[in-house]
Amino acid sequence: MKSAVIQLETLICPSCSQKIEAALKQLDGVEKESVSISFSSSRARLDFDEEKVDIKAIEDAIDRVGFDVIKSKVK
Amino acid sequence: MRKLQRAILRSKNKIALISGILILAGFLVKWTASFDPFTRWALIAASVMGLIPIAIQAYQALRVKVVSIDLLVTMAVTGAFAIRNFEESAIVTFLFLFGGYLEQRTLNKTRSAIKALTEMAPETAWKLMESGEFEEVDIFDVDRGDVLLVKTGAKVPVDGTVLSGAGGVNEASITGESMPAAKEKDSMVYAGTLLDNGTLQIRADRVGEDTTFGKIIELVEEAQDSKSGAERFIDRFSKYYTPAIMVIALLVWLFTRNLELAITILVLGCPGALVIGVPVSNVAGIGNGASHGVLLKGSEVISDFSRLDRMIFDKTGTLTVGKPSVSERIVYGDRTDQALAFLASVERESDHPLATAILENIGDTIYSNVTETDVIKGGGIVASLEGHRVAVGNVALMEREGVNLSDRVRADLDRLEAGGNSLVLTAVDGGIKVVMGIRDQSRPGVREDLERIRKLGVKNLVMLSGDNQGTVEIIGRELGLTEVRGNLLPEDKAAYVRERAGQGETVAFVGDGINDSPSLALAQIGIAMGSGTEVAIETSNVVLMNSDFSRLPHALGLVKAITRNMIQNIVIALGVVIALLVSVLFGEWMNMSIGMLVHEGSILVVILNGMRLLGYKLKK
Repeated sequence: MKSAVIQLETLICPSCSQKIEAALKQLDGVEKESVSISFSSSRARLDFDEEKVDIKAIEDAIDRVGFDVIKSKVK
Repeated sequence: MRKLQRAILRSKNKIALISGILILAGFLVKWTASFDPFTRWALIAASVMGLIPIAIQAYQALRVKVVSIDLLVTMAVTGAFAIRNFEESAIVTFLFLFGGYLEQRTLNKTRSAIKALTEMAPETAWKLMESGEFEEVDIFDVDRGDVLLVKTGAKVPVDGTVLSGAGGVNEASITGESMPAAKEKDSMVYAGTLLDNGTLQIRADRVGEDTTFGKIIELVEEAQDSKSGAERFIDRFSKYYTPAIMVIALLVWLFTRNLELAITILVLGCPGALVIGVPVSNVAGIGNGASHGVLLKGSEVISDFSRLDRMIFDKTGTLTVGKPSVSERIVYGDRTDQALAFLASVERESDHPLATAILENIGDTIYSNVTETDVIKGGGIVASLEGHRVAVGNVALMEREGVNLSDRVRADLDRLEAGGNSLVLTAVDGGIKVVMGIRDQSRPGVREDLERIRKLGVKNLVMLSGDNQGTVEIIGRELGLTEVRGNLLPEDKAAYVRERAGQGETVAFVGDGINDSPSLALAQIGIAMGSGTEVAIETSNVVLMNSDFSRLPHALGLVKAITRNMIQNIVIALGVVIALLVSVLFGEWMNMSIGMLVHEGSILVVILNGMRLLGYKLKK
């Protein structure tokens, strides 16, 4: 299990975070309970199973709902 | 395809502008030249252009199974198009886009307080590379154990230990102390502090979010995002509310065959102001706190804090300074300057806790050579200075030395003792010269701060202390507290907090977090006088930065203001929805455009109302 902190482009609507949260929770291998999107800092945090999903796929899922990933850190 | 979508969403504001111009032009032509075809095509163009970004957003949300407001609007506009009402479809899309733009502008303002804080966070660091040279790298690329160079005028990028070099660091961002702290080999340095002079090489011990400064920022950000019970309710509510509106609109259409009415319901049903009203109050309020040295950990804290019945204070270090100082100095007879110099000379060699207070009180003086020091256990010190016999200590020592205490001296001693002071007497050659009363004094301004807290509606102000009841009562009277209790161990304090909270009171405990952790944790509101220590930040609900007691009244006033603001926003949001629904059912004048205008207007009103909190100040 790894955890990631993803810096997103500046979020401009509270409903944006809902979309990103929903997109991340639907990924297989992402720990649903761990997903949290901070609207004020435009940052996503989540835990994931590195055998089922990688950070590329996670970034891609955010991209698909229409948001840019600025950088991400996995530890 | 994805790139195109993204490009369209980016130019949303431009699209809003163009569609606004088209609508304006269309109406101008209609009124001046009555040339209907132009007007119609202008409105159609405006509708289609405006709808594209909205529809994209609706589609993106739908793909992750979120039914969003965008979908309501997309359906409504499509419906208006179907009944060839291009006027409405154009105006509704424009108002929706323009409202979104204003919402974004104003919301960014509410985040400014946090921005000011995060901008203090260092972004780059000079890191020692394998080549042996220092290179400037992004703070993201610094790991534990890296060796970093900090130059004069730069921010310390991590929490770390000085390996070499020396300098003065301004730690105001962590401790509030503006005098630079001297750093040398093995000193600890903290991220976000500023190297005023010198150069340091440091080893990174904690980086990024693990640093003290990072924790503070994270705390404030999390607090702004944390949801109160009311917000969670609204979230759940809107999840079902939006689809429900769609179903209702569909039913209305099926039964009345009135598509116009159905799409009006879609627009009126947008839950905008309700969804944003409560969070905006919280974000602005917590932001205000952060810029005034008050860290509120989450919105749940805010509602409890604002309904406070009882505030319980730890004495030492919270209401009082936490270290003894001379409260009164009385001198007798002549050559008292010499006596004070002798006293300072004797105390300079002592490690007694009161010695520091005495030396601080006397200040600069000419020290004499002390010979033949004799420490009398439980009494004081007798010493020889320049051929004089000097005795420093308590009354028992004076009696042992055969010093005559006049009625005047005895009266002074009684008075000082009644005021909770420890007494230090100084006699030179058998004659009493100086009497000092020493005690842990209340923080300057605490009395006024407590008065303000009382005015804000907290009825019971209680002080708990490990000191004896007499001392505690004196301070309690001085500060105007309603209840004081002495001789308490930390577990007794915790028991008191539990008992009060158990009786249904909302209780706050204010302490320095060092030995009060149980009480801080037990009280509904644990308020830590923090100086950036981890313990205080983690065990409490509210942190007063830099241990500044005077921020407490501000904190209390602020949470009350936030709560009021939140209620106002809920009332506004619900009021608007109800008013709209009533007018669509009973009024003739209501249509999609007016509905959208009122709806976007109410969103702006609640945001602007929330933003007032950014400028909140407690009235003196």
